Amino acid sequence: MALSATRITRHISGVLTRSFSTSMVNAANQVTVRDALNSALDEEMERDESVFLMGEEVAQYDGAYKVSRGLWKKYGDKRVIDTPITESGFAGIAVGAAMGGLRPVCEFMTFNFSMQAIDHVINSASKTFYMSAGMIHVPIVFRGPNGAAAGVGAQHSQCFGAWYSHCPGLKVVSPYSTEDARGLLKSAIRDPDPVVVLENEILYGQAFDISDEAMSKDFVVPIGKAKIERPGHHVTLVAHSRAVMLALEAAKSLAGEGVECEVINLRSLRPIDETAIVDSVMKTHNLVTVEQGWPHCGIGSEICARIVESPAFHYLESPVIRVTGVDVPMPYAKSLEAACIPQPHDVIKAVKKVLKIIK
Amino acid sequence: MLSKVIKSVLKPNQNQMRVLAPFMTSTVMKESGTTSATFDTRPYKLHKLEEAPNTSTTCTRDEALLYYKQMQIIRRMESASGNLYKEKAVRGFCHLYSGQEAICVGIKAALEPQDSVITAYRDHGWAYVMGCSVTSVMAELTGRTQGIVRGKGGSMHMYCKNFYGGNGIVGAQVPVGAGVALAQQYLGNGGLCIALYGDGAANQGQVFEAYNIAKLKDLPCIFICENNGYGMGTSVDRASASTMYYTRGDYVPGLWIDGMDILSVKEAIKYCKDYCSAGKGPLVLEVATYRYSGHSMSDPGTSYRTRDEIQEVRQTRDPIMLFKENIISANLVTAEELKQIDADVRKEVDEAVKVAKTDKEIAVHELAADVYSAPIENTIRGTTPFEPYTHQRLSKVINWH
Repeated sequence: MALSATRITRHISGVLTRSFSTSMVNAANQVTVRDALNSALDEEMERDESVFLMGEEVAQYDGAYKVSRGLWKKYGDKRVIDTPITESGFAGIAVGAAMGGLRPVCEFMTFNFSMQAIDHVINSASKTFYMSAGMIHVPIVFRGPNGAAAGVGAQHSQCFGAWYSHCPGLKVVSPYSTEDARGLLKSAIRDPDPVVVLENEILYGQAFDISDEAMSKDFVVPIGKAKIERPGHHVTLVAHSRAVMLALEAAKSLAGEGVECEVINLRSLRPIDETAIVDSVMKTHNLVTVEQGWPHCGIGSEICARIVESPAFHYLESPVIRVTGVDVPMPYAKSLEAACIPQPHDVIKAVKKVLKIIK
Repeated sequence: MLSKVIKSVLKPNQNQMRVLAPFMTSTVMKESGTTSATFDTRPYKLHKLEEAPNTSTTCTRDEALLYYKQMQIIRRMESASGNLYKEKAVRGFCHLYSGQEAICVGIKAALEPQDSVITAYRDHGWAYVMGCSVTSVMAELTGRTQGIVRGKGGSMHMYCKNFYGGNGIVGAQVPVGAGVALAQQYLGNGGLCIALYGDGAANQGQVFEAYNIAKLKDLPCIFICENNGYGMGTSVDRASASTMYYTRGDYVPGLWIDGMDILSVKEAIKYCKDYCSAGKGPLVLEVATYRYSGHSMSDPGTSYRTRDEIQEVRQTRDPIMLFKENIISANLVTAEELKQIDADVRKEVDEAVKVAKTDKEIAVHELAADVYSAPIENTIRGTTPFEPYTHQRLSKVINWH
């Protein structure tokens, strides 16, 4: 029963997201995150014969979220491999293929299902290079949608940013925009170490402006470097993935009240760009972290700890505040779900508290 | 009498077993200076296979000497490992392979340079036959610099060219092995992957997931269940609803092999290699064997089985003893030659033990080496923020393509 329910949910999710698929081109140089990921996969498969994609429904179905649309037709069965719904088995096989000389891109239909395979992500992929004293490297990408989706309940709405970025041996990226998605996925595929790419289902259909440079085949975004999305001098907002959008919305609104927020898009969760955060905090003297994941041992918690241990601590004019998902499993009902995920007004309130604009 | 468990593990066809009898069927031939003999293989059991491996196999004098030496090295290494453990020179876990030597030596004898192997945590013997020196295995056990992975892996994590470990998570190596086979098929290098697991791991869900995908893709993968009768202290009958492990791939054809006869193992693997090379896909093998020691060094191995049971296997089914009897009876080698090998083996292992006890551990700063093959950050946090380590890249990657 559980399996069939899961299957149905997956199916519905796929159908739902297809309605998101406005497939780019609102303006001349606007591209959706979905198409950015698709072009990144296509270009890297073209560039390197050893790159291949495997996962559930990635081939004939064109991807449950259509990220791999057209790739099976172009590259065939050898390089775009549909797997059974058995994450532990196919993730383990992907790790073995990486050890054996290939560069697999292992798609989890959503990262929720990666729990079935987390042993292979952590024990098989991330630790082997160290355990073999640098003899066996594992050039693999684990990717798929992560974080809160819409209306799918607790088992299908969760951020794994904190889980995976906890582990040495892994590199973890969490793209927000089209540029992030293209550049980070291309970097991840070229990287000789295991990389977890945490995409966001809700952002797949979102179109962003993108430069010609970022659309070039040589474009990559370096892993481990954050991006300042909006400069400011009153307070630093640090976010990743969809929470960057939230931070930007809040920043825009606050600007109308004379508060200039510096918004940092982390892009990578491991390594995390501590320098960018510390530099910004030393400039603004105030910090609010924003994420959709849970608070306990979350990304915001890590940032707080880093700041406390860094020279930036003495520059703080008020305590750091974390804006996070509510500390409960995700409920199904629409109003409760909305209450679980931070909204712009939560960020605005946190900023105003930090800046002592409100009590 | 053998206990029920032992019967279930070793019962090929009890009445066909010719304990201690030589298997030689033809006389020794001299062929341009080499000597060889033909031996009967032990009866195989088939699952969804039409043809069985050959009922006889040939062994040259050089091969006989090599296999005998390799098995004795492993037996001696494991005995030394047990002693080092008792002296507290080996830390943590230590799983001995004594009793199972014919499997790794027999399988390796049939492999070609492009073939790969992955196994579980009972890996000392495998590391040795795949190319790790005795010293590098023993020094890894004691965590010293000359260890195959400089003391960073320990007993369960040894690696070398085409040998992907040494995996400490029960069953995890099985899909990983199928993945190595996928790479071999993809790259078209003509190789296959041997993925070994125990009778305990045989019940892991991911093993069946791996069978399924391997069969769907016809991967050149040989799944091998080393059935030594017990998963830790749980006998096969208490853990597996079916103990016919060679049939448990269902739609994947299977083969049962007497794992105490090295030449039967070797002949079966030659057969499997031909099968995989023909693009017919994976096979599931069950190799019946026995472990003399407990599951690990913390297990005396006597609460769930009797001392008599162990003694009986040692006296009637020991793989080294059987092979020795056979090759001497066949006049391939002399008892004196084997005695000389025994002495050489003792010396080699003793010297390795000396290194394992006296070599230094790697310097503490090396704990931050080789976390990443392409590190992004140069510093790694220490136990406090005050003294960070520097990430270093030291070893050469051996699976770079």
